[in-house]
Amino acid sequence: MYNFNKLYEPTSVEEALRLKKEHPEALLLAGGSDILIKIREGKLAGCDLINIYMLEELRGICLEDDGSILIRPLTSFTDVSMHPVIKGHVPVLGEAVDQIGGPQIRNIGTIGGNICNGVTSADSATTFKTYDAVLELTSMDGIRLLPYAEFNLGPGKVDLRPDEIMTGIRIPKESYENTYGHYIKYAMRRAMDIATLGCSVNVRLSKSKDSIDRLRIAFGVAAPIPIRSTHAEESAQGHALDAALLEAVAEGALADVTPRTSWRASKEFRLQLVKELARRATKAAVEKAGGTING
Amino acid sequence: MANKNITCTVNGKQRTFAVDVRSSLSDMLRGNAGLDSIKHGCDVGECGACTVLINGKPFNSCIYMAIWAEGKDILTLEGLSDTKGTISDIQQAFIDEGAVQCGFCTPGFIMSSIPIINKDTPSSREEIRKQVAGNLCRCTGYEHIVDAIEKTQKKRIAEKKQN
Repeated sequence: MYNFNKLYEPTSVEEALRLKKEHPEALLLAGGSDILIKIREGKLAGCDLINIYMLEELRGICLEDDGSILIRPLTSFTDVSMHPVIKGHVPVLGEAVDQIGGPQIRNIGTIGGNICNGVTSADSATTFKTYDAVLELTSMDGIRLLPYAEFNLGPGKVDLRPDEIMTGIRIPKESYENTYGHYIKYAMRRAMDIATLGCSVNVRLSKSKDSIDRLRIAFGVAAPIPIRSTHAEESAQGHALDAALLEAVAEGALADVTPRTSWRASKEFRLQLVKELARRATKAAVEKAGGTING
Repeated sequence: MANKNITCTVNGKQRTFAVDVRSSLSDMLRGNAGLDSIKHGCDVGECGACTVLINGKPFNSCIYMAIWAEGKDILTLEGLSDTKGTISDIQQAFIDEGAVQCGFCTPGFIMSSIPIINKDTPSSREEIRKQVAGNLCRCTGYEHIVDAIEKTQKKRIAEKKQN
């Protein structure tokens, strides 16, 4: 038995929005792999819940007319990683969420929950950051489109207003086309673990495949929120595919991260991981793009 | 707290349960339906001892609301035996390979293995391990569990080729 107080069961997004407006303190229950556990642990015991898990209109993935990828928030991690649109255009996102928890957690956990919890370790967050995802936040007053870059306000804090529900995540075509990505999750165990550090990189190579046209890189658990490294990205722009590129990306990354010591790992170890994962993920992304790192 | 009638298919039979809306699926299946293969282990989605298949996919029934089961097709370990109560090949393989010691985790492991053993192409041991990564066993050291799953998958693939 879960120890919660009231349970609201909307049958449409419209009804859910009305309930959220009337009961702004009530929590949205998606897959529950965080909320139901926190209720069990007592941290959220006695809370009110709005059960949106059954709202099928918030589930699914499609390619829109303008080429952007639209992911509805209740799509499970398993469904994200198996979906042909994801496999075809942003396979790195599927590979990232395939490293969350174990099969049972990936079947129940939702991509929207991963983003809205606002934790720095969220395995999907770094890839969405590198692809300039735009969030669709809906309230009874209408839709607010917010760049994901501006969504995380602090650890566990996001710019989702009390009367809003996240109804979509979009990846624009100009951001993902002709890119190749790679995600590395460094954790102590190979499953059922939270990242000690996460790094997502995607690259677009020049036509001759001998230099970087555009590189994007983001880190999880390297700061209080998932972050992009603009220093690394700028230093990679136009760079030849050589060992110096990997060093430039690694050094650039160090300029942007602010990891801390926690029981999982020390700050010093995380800084080492930032450099090493930046190198390895960049090399892997370049190779996926058909390039070769010389020297 | 309000009670609600939940109608779903459990092991091939349509059933309706009057449940407290605060119940987990594990509460409903173990408490209301009396299916004791479902173990309350960690109750927070870590150990996999409560694993059941919902519409063919493994879920931790301890962190699944009973009310979400409305209209779903649920399979538990009890549903693997035939009508005479003869156990299935995967259960027999767990016994034969020594994959059962204390037995507490066994129903969850077997349910997690169902999607793999029904595949048409053989899985590597690494792939099998990934599919049961959400289940914990403190006795066996896992090797014999992987053996049992691998053996059953091979057997089923061979049977499909014959037919």
